[in-house]
Amino acid sequence: MDKGVLATALGSPAPFGQSQFAFMRGNAFEAKVKADGGAELLRLLYERLGGGSPAPDQHAATPDLSAAGPEGRAARTALALREATAAGGWALLDHPMLALEVAGSPAYLEPDAVVVHPDGRWTVVEIKSFPMIDASADAAKVGAAARQAAVYVLALERVAAVVEGAEVGHQVLLVCPKDFSNLPTASVVDVRKQRAVTRRQLTRLTRIEDIAQTLPEGTTFDPACGPQELESAVSSVDAAYAPECLAACELAFHCRSRSRAEGAVESLGRSVRGELGGLTTVAGVLAAAAGKEGDPADPTVAALRRAAALRAEALESAALLRVGALESAAAREGAAACR
Amino acid sequence: MSLITTLARLEAVEAGRAQPLATVRHRHLTDRPLVIVPLTTAGEAGAPLGALVGTDREAPRLLAVAQPRDRDLRFAFLAELAEAVLPHIEAYADVVEPAERNETDPATGKKTKVEVELCTDAPQLIVPSRAGIEFVRLLGRSMRFRRTAEDDPETPYPAPVRVPLLGRWLTHYGERARVPGSSLLLAATDLLNRHWATGQSSLEDQHLGALLAWIDPPGDASGAEAALAAELARDKDGQLLCPPAGPATDPAFDNRLLAPAIERYDRARQALAAAEDGLTADERLGELSKAEREIRSLLARVMLPTWDRVWQGLDLLRELPEGSRAEDRWTRDRWSFTAHRDRVSSGEPPQPRRDDAVTAAQKLASRETAQAQLEAQEALDDPLVLAGRRLAGEAFLADVTEVEMAYTESKRPSPRPLVTLRTDERPHLGERTKVYRSLDGKPQTAEFVRYASGDPGDEGSGEDGPGDSGSGGSGSGGSDVVLVLRIMDRMGRGKEPAPGSLPEPGERITWTLFEHDQRGGPKLPDPEETPWTHGGPPGANAATRAEHPDPVTPEDLL
Repeated sequence: MDKGVLATALGSPAPFGQSQFAFMRGNAFEAKVKADGGAELLRLLYERLGGGSPAPDQHAATPDLSAAGPEGRAARTALALREATAAGGWALLDHPMLALEVAGSPAYLEPDAVVVHPDGRWTVVEIKSFPMIDASADAAKVGAAARQAAVYVLALERVAAVVEGAEVGHQVLLVCPKDFSNLPTASVVDVRKQRAVTRRQLTRLTRIEDIAQTLPEGTTFDPACGPQELESAVSSVDAAYAPECLAACELAFHCRSRSRAEGAVESLGRSVRGELGGLTTVAGVLAAAAGKEGDPADPTVAALRRAAALRAEALESAALLRVGALESAAAREGAAACR
Repeated sequence: MSLITTLARLEAVEAGRAQPLATVRHRHLTDRPLVIVPLTTAGEAGAPLGALVGTDREAPRLLAVAQPRDRDLRFAFLAELAEAVLPHIEAYADVVEPAERNETDPATGKKTKVEVELCTDAPQLIVPSRAGIEFVRLLGRSMRFRRTAEDDPETPYPAPVRVPLLGRWLTHYGERARVPGSSLLLAATDLLNRHWATGQSSLEDQHLGALLAWIDPPGDASGAEAALAAELARDKDGQLLCPPAGPATDPAFDNRLLAPAIERYDRARQALAAAEDGLTADERLGELSKAEREIRSLLARVMLPTWDRVWQGLDLLRELPEGSRAEDRWTRDRWSFTAHRDRVSSGEPPQPRRDDAVTAAQKLASRETAQAQLEAQEALDDPLVLAGRRLAGEAFLADVTEVEMAYTESKRPSPRPLVTLRTDERPHLGERTKVYRSLDGKPQTAEFVRYASGDPGDEGSGEDGPGDSGSGGSGSGGSDVVLVLRIMDRMGRGKEPAPGSLPEPGERITWTLFEHDQRGGPKLPDPEETPWTHGGPPGANAATRAEHPDPVTPEDLL
């Protein structure tokens, strides 16, 4: 199902897109890093994660991974990984294809590169085009890259489990442009934490069949249907909207308008919900603050009423002050005019 | 986010308009701020696309790069930016007033007052968003290590003359922007978010158009509708009606308008280079400048709405009277500006890529002090901010009911009067908790002594305080507590307190549990005495630490 198309059909199209400048730059940089049989990439990797292995020479293996369809490419990748591990040398897999089960259905993933070390270790390589300036990069972007690499590590582990002598490194190599140039530089990122988080989330995901079972018979997400039919279809699936969704999900604007229409306090941020205890709607909170609803013995309600009283008092005193200032200014002007 | 801010946001949702978070303006705004609206090329680190710069809202100066991947054009842009920004900065550098500064004599260790210059005002830069502040830092970093032909005739690809200097100034401004409460470099979104609560999340508040739509919606529209339009509305060509405030551009703009225009420019340039005689060259030069004009007008089209919004935001902010202590923080900004001016004029090298241990620790400590100071000053300036502190039990309003004289038990007794207060609030008071009040702009300290048995309900609860704080309804008025404070200072040198230095019965006074002024932390060692735990003295490898310019590649790509 294409969520982007669905969002457009619902009337809240996703605001995402990639600039062709960024796209071109990313591709050009990746090509530069992998040029020459990946010599530069292997050099960087050896410097950062070489361990006790001999330095990669000119002829690191770069197996051909082309095959028909994602299943074929994934099988080809698994085979190449097994052969490279058995050969006991350096090998660079350019754009391998990995399979990972997500919520009961297979998802195919394509890391930028995977390197097989002579000692049987596999390292995920992520090539990104955001710069590393003075050896530090934007923390948010590095975090996103680490989460992405953690998924690749998980997918690789499934392959490694059936290959003798293979082990997936939990340290990935992040390759970025250095400072303001297009020269590559690399940094080792430890993804153990991201890997553990992702693994836990994957096991907790509700399986798609289970979600499908809860849907009413005949529910369809076909974008050709009318908006109303789609609207009810989408609302039959639970969604927990939070403002963070806006950066990631195509349907976020749709969920936001629904969340706002319901008056859910989460539309103002997840932390807001935590502060307000059992009160979940905007109207409910305001009624409690105004003293119209709610149990005064509830600490949240009591705190809200006090906050409302303090806020009203402060605004009133400020308004009085301003009126006073205006009046005295007017009086001064009046006096000046008299003179 | 405190509960009182949350409440303001919820009120904004209901009202469909932003609600005030402050009753005064907590940041100083100069008469002539320099507004910069920058744009950058997607995917590139240091490739600016264009900028609008100026102090006059009617006459922004448009700077544009027709091909951002061309080093010469980038340098030309930076040189032009230096021409637009540096004269504004330098205009403030020479207007000074005499001031005094405490300095420690290195030989004797004595503190002496030194007469120094202090710039009477400082240039203020305003950018649209927080990303703009980051971009100013990035520009500064990309420029300050550049070499000009004058610095080193051998240098490959010399930078235009004033570019490294602009880099140092932008670095200073970017660095200063990290000090809480400073106003040298401000983002319009930060300024507006400080003073208004909208009915959307703080993430959505980073969008300048949506934020202004909540604060000052056009026509009769509600804030939410206007904000949605600002976020998503597009014209028939698929272009956003409210372009992003930058420096990043909208991908649809890049792909549909900018990329074809840049391609036309490149083609025109190639054609010009291939021209064989003067007549064709003239004709093709005309084509080239037409292509360049087209790019300039495209960039102007997406930057002008942001430019207008920044000024609209400044107008809204100017309607608020300035908080009385904002001026004090601005004086610190002036000191910061003056100090950097002195460093530049004394020929010091550009700021290093990484601070040494002592400098880093000093910066961190001063930012922590500034944060605490900012929080205290904002609360003292603004009853609405104070309300938040009162809700948290960190401040309280109380009526003075009684003042009783008492003295210290020493050879020369000093006054330590006991003041009895009545309040309906629940401050977090423990034994000998210090509380402060403002007396002629200076803080007076008092110590909490005990809860008096004024309220029968609280009898016997002792000094642990009656009930838990925050749970009492202030509106009910039936749950007053009576407490006793001992005044500790600011009563003069005599045996009797100086007139006017004591609270009077019947007075209503604001007491805070936080200090009004922040003292600096302990002194740090000199850089030469950096302990080995922090990398040791920098002197040993000073030669290798000298900052070299960034390596340049012969390719013209970034």
